[in-house]
Amino acid sequence: MKTLLDCKKACVVKVLKLNTKGDLKQRLISFGIMKETTLEVLEHAPAKSTIEVKVGKMRIALRAQEAELIEVEKI
Amino acid sequence: MNTNENVIDSKACPITANHIKVALVGQPNVGKSMLINSVSNAHLHVGNFSGVTVDKTEVLFDYQEYSFTVVDLPGTYAFTDYTIEERVTHDYLCAEDYDIIINVVDSTNLEKNLQLTSELLTMSKKVVIALNMSDEAQKENIEIDAEYMSELIGVPCVKVSAVTKEGIETLIDAVVQKHENPRNKPKLVFSEPVEEEIAQIVWYLDKHRFESANTYRNIAINLLKNNKKTYAKLHDEPIWTELQPILIEASKHIELHHDSDDIKEAFAEEYASFNRGVVAEVVKQDTKQENTTITEKIDSVLIHRVFGIPIFLFFMWLLFQLTFEVGAIPMDYIDAFFIWFGDTIGATIANDDIRSLVVDGVIAGVGAVVLFVPNIIILFIGIALLESTGYMSRVAFLLDGFFHKFGLHGQSFIPLVTGFGCSIPAYMSARILKNDRDRLLTLFIIGFMSCGARLPVYVLFAGAFFSPEMAGNILFFIYISGALLGLLAAKLLKLTAFKGIDEPFVMEMPKYRLPSFKLIWHTVLTKTMMYLKKAGTYIAAASMLVWFLSNYPHNLALEESYSTKIEMAQTQDEKVALENKLDEVLLEQSYLGTVGKFSEPIFAPLGFDWKMSVALQTGLAAKEVVVSTLGVLYSLGADVDQENSSLMGVISKNISFASAVAFIVVVMIYLPCLAASVVFTREAGHVKYFFYLLFFTSLVAYVMAFIAYHITLLLL
Repeated sequence: MKTLLDCKKACVVKVLKLNTKGDLKQRLISFGIMKETTLEVLEHAPAKSTIEVKVGKMRIALRAQEAELIEVEKI
Repeated sequence: MNTNENVIDSKACPITANHIKVALVGQPNVGKSMLINSVSNAHLHVGNFSGVTVDKTEVLFDYQEYSFTVVDLPGTYAFTDYTIEERVTHDYLCAEDYDIIINVVDSTNLEKNLQLTSELLTMSKKVVIALNMSDEAQKENIEIDAEYMSELIGVPCVKVSAVTKEGIETLIDAVVQKHENPRNKPKLVFSEPVEEEIAQIVWYLDKHRFESANTYRNIAINLLKNNKKTYAKLHDEPIWTELQPILIEASKHIELHHDSDDIKEAFAEEYASFNRGVVAEVVKQDTKQENTTITEKIDSVLIHRVFGIPIFLFFMWLLFQLTFEVGAIPMDYIDAFFIWFGDTIGATIANDDIRSLVVDGVIAGVGAVVLFVPNIIILFIGIALLESTGYMSRVAFLLDGFFHKFGLHGQSFIPLVTGFGCSIPAYMSARILKNDRDRLLTLFIIGFMSCGARLPVYVLFAGAFFSPEMAGNILFFIYISGALLGLLAAKLLKLTAFKGIDEPFVMEMPKYRLPSFKLIWHTVLTKTMMYLKKAGTYIAAASMLVWFLSNYPHNLALEESYSTKIEMAQTQDEKVALENKLDEVLLEQSYLGTVGKFSEPIFAPLGFDWKMSVALQTGLAAKEVVVSTLGVLYSLGADVDQENSSLMGVISKNISFASAVAFIVVVMIYLPCLAASVVFTREAGHVKYFFYLLFFTSLVAYVMAFIAYHITLLLL
């Protein structure tokens, strides 16, 4: 299983599943991160603690723990 | 200060026949407050990050024969009640009375913004969509067919730009028109399976002639979406027993269709595909555009994984360097002005006591505070730039990993940085944090970020003990060590009082924007005027009080015994020395002197004399009072040296370096001010937290100052 955390910089992926429930899932969805969305990894913060992804035209920062919950597939 | 509601303009009267109450709703950072500012003449705070408006604000204005009340609501990504500010918006939209919603959307990112719009459309309220930032969209070659869009989704859409004020009148006209006309149904279409289920429920409601203000379609959608309020309403109806099985069946079908066990997720996907459809129809974008935008180019430098943090530290260093260096230029003039002003005014007053009150009390006290206006202005410009360019969120991104180690949330950075300006808005902006524990922790730490009012104390002491070349660095060092100390305190609290799981960190990074000169000017002007107003009222009053307490009670016996001694003195030098001694003794037996002497033993281990002890105590009211108190106490006291009459000079002569270090440490850590304490208590939710804060900060301040004092003594 590949997650968003495994992706390198400039990697373009498709979301397969959000392995989370409740508030965090709602939050990700309201940011447009849901099944079938395309994400592009823009940058990692030092020590890969936080990553920046592009969803549509929006740039979103996620912590490593959250990125790990997003199952993706490379396209 | 923002309380629950904030009425900006009371001139317009809301109780007229043609009154329209508008709720302004939109996702964060789409320019809602900016739009209100350009519609009316209000001056709401505007910034470039999500979470600038954290409470609802009402603005009143008149247009033609209508009077408007516009309620600016905090931005919300969806109806999820994720954070306190989002709850404010959701509660308002569901429970309060208003006529129409203006949904502000960012034209350059329509698809994402429509997520919220599609939720608004199921609310059975009149909606007008403001396609904001149309000027930016034009620059990015994005073209939106507003007319076609109005037709497609069934609500009026108007292109506007809050910056250039384009389309504002058209928007208001559209609102008036929509208000006057009966509601027409928005056309939100779902996928076929969902539409089938909706039709089934609508048919059922229709069959039973169910009475409701909302349309059957909206009720059906809300039921399917598991909307709690709609459920509660129908739960008590007799039809519920029959409706329930239909609903369960319908939900199953939809979940199956979406291959998900979460109906909310299924609906989000429904909305998203509807929005994609709308965007595909109405938006034309020049696809030949280059792949990386300017924002991404800037980001590749500013949030670079190696250079990002050094660049940030450099900016902060530069800011404090400028604060001191440039701020010092007009200082001599301001100082000279107040000395001249005091002498001139003093010469016109015959009565000794009144002259002393005016010159040594009010003018010395207020002058000492006004002296630092140039520094304050530079600091505020720096913070305004940080807020309005979009850099703030980048720093939150860079520092989250680091902050997280100390138990803080990356987004805590935003209230913490605001805290460098003033603790009050910082306490308010902690609302962007979702989790109450994280929010409380951040509230406790905000005080460690030295606010603008503490700057005068630092500038005074840094100037007194260091050369001008070094003082800027010292200032930077003080701020950074305050912040680091705050982080350590956070870790301590996280390990003890605020244990628990971490809040997720998901944050939008806004586009970089060049801040308009007008915006910066306005923000800085407002804050500076507030500072000056405080100096003219609060500080002046406090200075008078300090003056009074330090001049009374008169001790005539003491004065007489000294005046005979002075008369008998042989040389001029001896006379001056005796006069100084008299002043000193008189001050010591004044009310303030008594308090100071009484508390001196408590502060003695930190190396403070009684004057410093008193200044710290009056500083509980506001940090500027520390400076004005020192100003009053030392202008009354021993020093009459002609060459070095400035407060800086007096301080470097009368206070040892180690004591000064300890003094700065205390000022850095203890309670910000009375007003901030009130706001803290309100935001924390219980008065017990205030006492925790008081105890925690006082203890840390005392211990740290004690350590700093003794280390400095050892080193020198």
